[in-house]
Amino acid sequence: MRKFVSAVLAAAMAVSLAACGGSSPAPASTAAAAADKAEAADSAAPAGEGAAFMIGGMGPINGPAAVYGKATKQGQEIAAAEINAAGGINGYPVEVNYQDDEHDAEKAVNAYNTLKDWGMQILLGATTSAPTIAVGAEAVNDRIFVLTPSGTALEITEPSNVFRVCFSDPAQGTKSAEYIGTHGIAKKIAVIYDSSDVYSSGIHDNFVAEAPNQGLEIVADEQYTGDSNTDFSTQLQKFKEAGAELIFLPIYYSDASKILTQASQLGVEASWFGCDGMDGILNVENFDTSLAEGLMLLTPFAVNADDELTKNFVKSYTDTYGVAPIQFAADSYDGMFQLKAALEMGNATPDMSAEEICAILEENMPKIVIEHGLTGENMTFTPEGEPNKAPKAVVIENGEYKSIE
Amino acid sequence: MLSFLSYFFSGLSLGSVYAIIALGYTMVYGIAKMLNFAHGDIIMVGGYVTFVACISMGLPAPAGILLAMAACTLLGVTIERIAYKPLRGANSLAVLITAIGVSYFLQNFALLMFGADPKSFTSVVPIPPLKLFDNQLIISGETISTIVCCIIIMTGLTTFISKTKQGQAMLAVSEDKGAATLMGINVNRTIALTFAIGSALAAIAGVLLCSAYPTLTPTTGAMPGIKAFVAAVLGGIGSIPGALIGGLLLGILENLSKAYISSKLSDAIVFSVLIIVLLVRPTGILGRKIMEKV
Repeated sequence: MRKFVSAVLAAAMAVSLAACGGSSPAPASTAAAAADKAEAADSAAPAGEGAAFMIGGMGPINGPAAVYGKATKQGQEIAAAEINAAGGINGYPVEVNYQDDEHDAEKAVNAYNTLKDWGMQILLGATTSAPTIAVGAEAVNDRIFVLTPSGTALEITEPSNVFRVCFSDPAQGTKSAEYIGTHGIAKKIAVIYDSSDVYSSGIHDNFVAEAPNQGLEIVADEQYTGDSNTDFSTQLQKFKEAGAELIFLPIYYSDASKILTQASQLGVEASWFGCDGMDGILNVENFDTSLAEGLMLLTPFAVNADDELTKNFVKSYTDTYGVAPIQFAADSYDGMFQLKAALEMGNATPDMSAEEICAILEENMPKIVIEHGLTGENMTFTPEGEPNKAPKAVVIENGEYKSIE
Repeated sequence: MLSFLSYFFSGLSLGSVYAIIALGYTMVYGIAKMLNFAHGDIIMVGGYVTFVACISMGLPAPAGILLAMAACTLLGVTIERIAYKPLRGANSLAVLITAIGVSYFLQNFALLMFGADPKSFTSVVPIPPLKLFDNQLIISGETISTIVCCIIIMTGLTTFISKTKQGQAMLAVSEDKGAATLMGINVNRTIALTFAIGSALAAIAGVLLCSAYPTLTPTTGAMPGIKAFVAAVLGGIGSIPGALIGGLLLGILENLSKAYISSKLSDAIVFSVLIIVLLVRPTGILGRKIMEKV
């Protein structure tokens, strides 16, 4: 009996190992047969596959950064609907498919492979830095064009086929210091960052490097790691003693909400400044948003702005999804329109392979000029893939974002 | 001076949570002679059950805590029966690996059931913070209640073990399983009781941990669990007062090193304590060397 059970278990293990392998022959034979049929349908009937631009999307729909994934997904969907309603790109419609990467590099590669199986030609993703770096490495081999709406780490745009809509971390760190310096917001700055996260460390390093040029004094520089992100009382106590006037938080909103709560319990009085990772802080469950009054953050998108484009976007987003959009949704929306402009400039059609489309986009993205986007005016790209636009900041007043000059 | 006191008290707060968790580790090790690495994750389960009871079902806090204790006790006994009992005669390494496996299982099960979004936990402690020296020194209500709970549990456990029959049975089983069976003690039931008490303690630890640091994710229990293990070793694994002392000491050490040495190195320092203790005095602060006559 025991031998029989062991044999069955061994067989089950062998089958599951074969099924787990990415390109193993046994269960893939049925998949291959299905793929063959799909390809036959492809070449035979362009009205099925190959008749629409397949743009994939990726981001965290679950986990502590879920606000961002949902935002980029929904921004992409709104843009796709508008593009299709207006006649598509070069007359062809756009299809989108969004996958969850849980803000994890390994899961991002899995999501990327799922999208490839779906037939993705261009990737508008990932949403956060670490997954974008992982996926970018794969996309270089596959020659698929990647436009990340919100991944900010500097090395993301190293490959020639990866571009980004938003500012990079070094730019954010430097621009934050410039902003605080030129507006004379405070002189004594304390910084706390997540040393286990590439996004946070990147902004921190550049902020600290730029601060002396702006006449800012860094009175305290503390850190924490992703494993111990619950107790900040020691760091906050140090800030209190050092007499910090402003605390710079180049971190994500869920950790920031904990820091703000603990700071008020400890009686720390300082103003707060964050970067795009701070976006979403007003949506944290059970967080007392009055603690975030006066918090400033660098974000190119202001939901209360007066221009037509923003107002229409906010309206259709809120009507469809019931919440107001954050800058990540705006980044994703702008990204779709940037891709549209470049594809139209290069006369791309959906029956081209992903590699051909990639080559067209690499050539034309640096040539497009979006005069008026949600996240900037006269937005252009450098050939290295970085965006060119001016930074803007908002302050939280009465529980809402308000643009400041 | 005041800043030192402030760091000291937040270290005490952290340490008291470690102490309660370490009590569970030490009890199970002292009696069943095995390290239950899934302890940290039973804490997480306790936190989630209380969260669901108090926030989703709207029960009052004491009912939520009792429900968590019942759920964790059931979970602990089940784990013991399914995962640890069949390995009673086996190599202790096998049991250790199984414990780690159970830990991963619990984490991923919680991930499946509740998702990875951090849940915001409202504190069950109704005590307001203590403000001293004109608001320069603030001791939160959670710290006070955790330390008080720790002391109550410690005295309760020590009394239980020395005064009641079941407690004496536990001591006997820890010394010599064979002789205990000969004396008429039901070893299976005694070990199950040990795990039951340990898991009930884990539930209390979970509720207090989540009240002090109000976010709850499937991995909330992992890091405190490992640090509490270090605390238990520091205080002398197998010794109940040792768990209290080790926990408080480790919490204070972690916070002072974060404050005065470097916040980057504080975790490294905490874990190097484990290495130093094992090198210099493996029995810990309050542990006793047991000479076995051959």
